[in-house]
Amino acid sequence: MKQSRFEITENVPLTGSVYRMRIAGDTGDVARPGQFVSLRLSGYYLRRPISVCDREGDCLTLIYKTVGAGTRAMSGMKPGETLDVLTGLGNGYDLSESGDAPLLLGGGVGVPPLYWLGKELVRQGRRVTAVLGFNTRAEVFYEEEFRALGCRVTVATADGSYGRKGFVTDALPADYSYVYTCGPMPMLRAVWRATKPSGQYSFEERMGCGFGACMGCTCKTAGGPKRLCREGPVLRKEEILWDD
Amino acid sequence: MGRLNVTLCGLPLDNPVIPASGTFGYGYEFAGLYDINVLGTFSFKGTTRQARFGNPTPRIAECTAGMINAVGLQNPGVEKVISEELPRLKACFHKPVMANVSGFSVEDYAYTCALLDKEPQVGWLEVNVSCPNVHGGGMSFGTEPRAAAEVTKAVKAVASKPVIVKLSPNVTDIVLIARACEDAGADGISLINTLLGMRIDLKTKRPVIANTMGGFSGPAIFPVALRMVYQVSKAVRIPVVGMGGVRSAEDVIEMMLAGASAVQIGAENLVNPFACRDIIAALPQVMDAYGINTLQDIIGGAH
Repeated sequence: MKQSRFEITENVPLTGSVYRMRIAGDTGDVARPGQFVSLRLSGYYLRRPISVCDREGDCLTLIYKTVGAGTRAMSGMKPGETLDVLTGLGNGYDLSESGDAPLLLGGGVGVPPLYWLGKELVRQGRRVTAVLGFNTRAEVFYEEEFRALGCRVTVATADGSYGRKGFVTDALPADYSYVYTCGPMPMLRAVWRATKPSGQYSFEERMGCGFGACMGCTCKTAGGPKRLCREGPVLRKEEILWDD
Repeated sequence: MGRLNVTLCGLPLDNPVIPASGTFGYGYEFAGLYDINVLGTFSFKGTTRQARFGNPTPRIAECTAGMINAVGLQNPGVEKVISEELPRLKACFHKPVMANVSGFSVEDYAYTCALLDKEPQVGWLEVNVSCPNVHGGGMSFGTEPRAAAEVTKAVKAVASKPVIVKLSPNVTDIVLIARACEDAGADGISLINTLLGMRIDLKTKRPVIANTMGGFSGPAIFPVALRMVYQVSKAVRIPVVGMGGVRSAEDVIEMMLAGASAVQIGAENLVNPFACRDIIAALPQVMDAYGINTLQDIIGGAH
């Protein structure tokens, strides 16, 4: 983990409530797709954990949704402004278990961390399929970007206004070697049930510190309690325990 | 003695800055960030007789100038703390540590304290009778003078190390409780633990925290904490460790002027992991700016 200042180089809307921010700085601790960074916003006490969508040299791409006052304030920030950022947080995805034909399943703002993952998997010569789920047509983002990486892409919308009608689990391909997924809890649970191969699931939780000190984001796993900010946010399918 | 040196219950501290329990784990998360030997000491994660998972999530809610937590004393239990956490800590921290203990019965407190008291790494026992996030224990011992005294007596009976009792602000008269602890043999008092608070999510119309309520901490509570440190330190003869919303060298000095012999820093560690290191580094300059020669001299200076 590192604490350093990043400069905003871009902050643009992708949809009505989803923004892409690009920040430049010391990315030395950003090691793997699936990790996150934590931003300090002026006037807000706790940091905002945001998954890393891409890393290119000293530039990080962050895609975030305006869900409250903090992220709304963030969406108003301008290129040239700087941010206090903790980088290199979380375990990230392990690429070594992907097999030949990994499947990426993303829901809403769970889609972004899969982008860098897909890029790395394609680079390793894997045949990557991405199924991206959204509520409705107006919320779809990054379909073309995933395609440009060389992934086979299917988009599903819950209301059927674009792509396949239904959830990501309604648009699974016939054959795949492994699952990497990120999205809301009900989606992760549906994926856990609907897919046979093993996989890695990235969870979201309200965090206090984001680096393992406060025990605010602990969840029960088959391997004992885990801090989602530290031993997570990515858990292996076999260790996930659902609440009931 | 250097300018920053203070004494806490007879043990010397290089400086009065102490990360508060629950915001610093068992130390080694932070040891990867900076040399934690710059600290006066730190108070490790609240430890109980049995292992505890703690409360369901969400355990955290943001507030204006602060946060609410309802972790619920997640810890691996005293035996594992001794067999696993302390040996790991030994590799990165070479000063006496403050062992924070919580319990659900008087026997629990005594049992856990007796074990930790034997550990050479432990310099002080900080007895938490003020955790707002557990039922049938924790805070219930710290809201009633007789119960607080009973815990204090039981721990003192098994302890060779100084016993500091950590008090809750969620009481009508904190001075009464502090005096009861002093009369029961406490070597020091630390305060304040978090203030009971809550938030409601406007979208779900439900409490944000799964446990409904939690402990409010952060800069917003500093004036309340300062006032209680002032009141208690005037009323007791034993040393007081001040905490609550401290986030700068100036705040540390203010707490000491109110009567604190040492100062704990809690929530600030979570938003600025380097907070304690930075505060210690800033102290000499801030002391200069206010004409303060040594910190030991200013304790209770506002009385």
